[in-house]
Amino acid sequence: MINELSVIFGYSFMSRALIVGVLVSLCAALLGSSLVLKRYSMIGDGLSHVGYGAFAIAAAAGIAPLWFAIPIVIVAAFLLLFITKKGKMGGDSAIAILSSSSLAIGMIVLSLCNVTIDINGYMFGSILALKDNDVAVSVVCSVIVCAMYIIFYHRIFAVTFDESFSSATGIRSGIYNVLISVLTAVVIVVGMRLMGALLISSLMIFPAVTSMRVCRSFRSVTVCSAIVSVVCFTAGLIISYYIDIPTGAGIVVLDLAVFLVFALIGRIRERQ
Amino acid sequence: MKLIECKDLCMKYEGITAFENLTFAIDEGDFLCIVGENGSGKSTLVKGILGLKQYSAGSIEFGGVKPKEIGYLPQQTAAQKDFPATVWEVVLSGCLNRNSFFPFYTKENKERAKHEIAKMKIEDLVHKSYRNLSGGQQQRVLLARALCATEKLLLLDEPVSGLDPVVTSEMYEVIDELNKNGVTIIMVTHDIHNAVHYGTKILNMSRNGYYFGDAKEYVKTDAFRAMAGGCFHHDK
Ligand SMILES: Nc1ncnc2c1ncn2[C@@H]1O[C@H](COP(=O)(O)OP(=O)(O)O)[C@@H](O)[C@H]1O
Ligand SMILES: [Mg+2]
Repeated sequence: MINELSVIFGYSFMSRALIVGVLVSLCAALLGSSLVLKRYSMIGDGLSHVGYGAFAIAAAAGIAPLWFAIPIVIVAAFLLLFITKKGKMGGDSAIAILSSSSLAIGMIVLSLCNVTIDINGYMFGSILALKDNDVAVSVVCSVIVCAMYIIFYHRIFAVTFDESFSSATGIRSGIYNVLISVLTAVVIVVGMRLMGALLISSLMIFPAVTSMRVCRSFRSVTVCSAIVSVVCFTAGLIISYYIDIPTGAGIVVLDLAVFLVFALIGRIRERQ
Repeated sequence: MKLIECKDLCMKYEGITAFENLTFAIDEGDFLCIVGENGSGKSTLVKGILGLKQYSAGSIEFGGVKPKEIGYLPQQTAAQKDFPATVWEVVLSGCLNRNSFFPFYTKENKERAKHEIAKMKIEDLVHKSYRNLSGGQQQRVLLARALCATEKLLLLDEPVSGLDPVVTSEMYEVIDELNKNGVTIIMVTHDIHNAVHYGTKILNMSRNGYYFGDAKEYVKTDAFRAMAGGCFHHDK
């Protein structure tokens, strides 16, 4: 077993996928609990479509994709937050408009410029997508996201639990809402190609929702989602290698299985 | 000493007036109850005092208390119903405004949280999940959190709505006890009889004008008779 694993991860594309994937899963799980509890689940979904559009334009223009997509998606995150808070349009309509427009623009740019990309890989994730310098950028981004989350953990908790109370007692909730959505934007862009544009946002949400079935404290939800997320990623990566399925899809199905088990445990506990 | 003074205050939602020309003041040690029918602007006024919403005209002046030294008990939000957090995590979060830049809780913060938890008599709930508590227990937890943030002024928006009568009177006793120990209280409530019993001052808001004055004077007014005679609604 150990031998076999060392063979698999001896391939450089597999070890790259493992490094980036574990870090992204960790970040996604951390942010996921805040997104779920703040009812922001759909923001991740919208941003991943914006990410898709940005990657398409970068591919057509021949620019380094991550450097191009990260700022674009961060701007989109700001925009969504602003529209949800201040605008007359509801948050969910804003997300729907933003995500379908980005998808459409991305597709048009690709077909006009005659660029062929692996659509399947973009949508559902591909372990072959990562290049060496992507790994460096992804590692740096993930470490920054984790560090920010840990430093601001207590404040993020306070603002997530009760925004009005936090604002009233002098915590600047607005800043933390921005922080959460900017970090989310970064995680989505970094994780997108490995996990797929369609699936990355559910990878943020799944571990949190799963842990909330059984955990009682915010801290245990955070820790438990991080573990669930990393374990499902690693197992999904190995399985997808063996039976040759899209990585993201494999991980989502594993996440679903874990969710069902946790939901069952939660039910049984409630009965007692 | 005047803690808060509102003069000719108006607040609007996108051009639609929630209330206007409201003038009143809160002195240190007061127990002010804000009563009035649904939609008369009570929650809006609370948000104005807390700086969560801009007012459109008039002024709010603070003396002896900074705008950020107000402990707040919001009307409960839907998100909190399934929020996984222990009582300890919730109460401790009230201390955050004390550590201006330091990102973690200090020993002092934890002592303070323990102290307020003891004051609210919820020691046995510390490791319980907030979402599994009864309504009355949840309110005590939120009170403890608010006391961590400040000991000067508490602002409560309908803390007893949805509680049964026994728990309601317990809550009033707890709040009254805090008031006797020097905490100034502003409380929005539908419960007019308890309001005039415990409150020292009453602000009665309605769509056509308002009444502000001592509770003892208020019970002689028509406004009180109208409130006490009508049926009671609880809004969420
Ligand atoms: N977010 C809002 N947007 C627009 N109008 C609002 C909003 N919140 C409250 N209002 C309106 O302002 C008035 C006062 O509401 P509110 O302060 O919640 O009353 P109360 O707390 O006394 O029941 C009502 O007419 C209500 O419809
Ligand atoms: Mg109200």
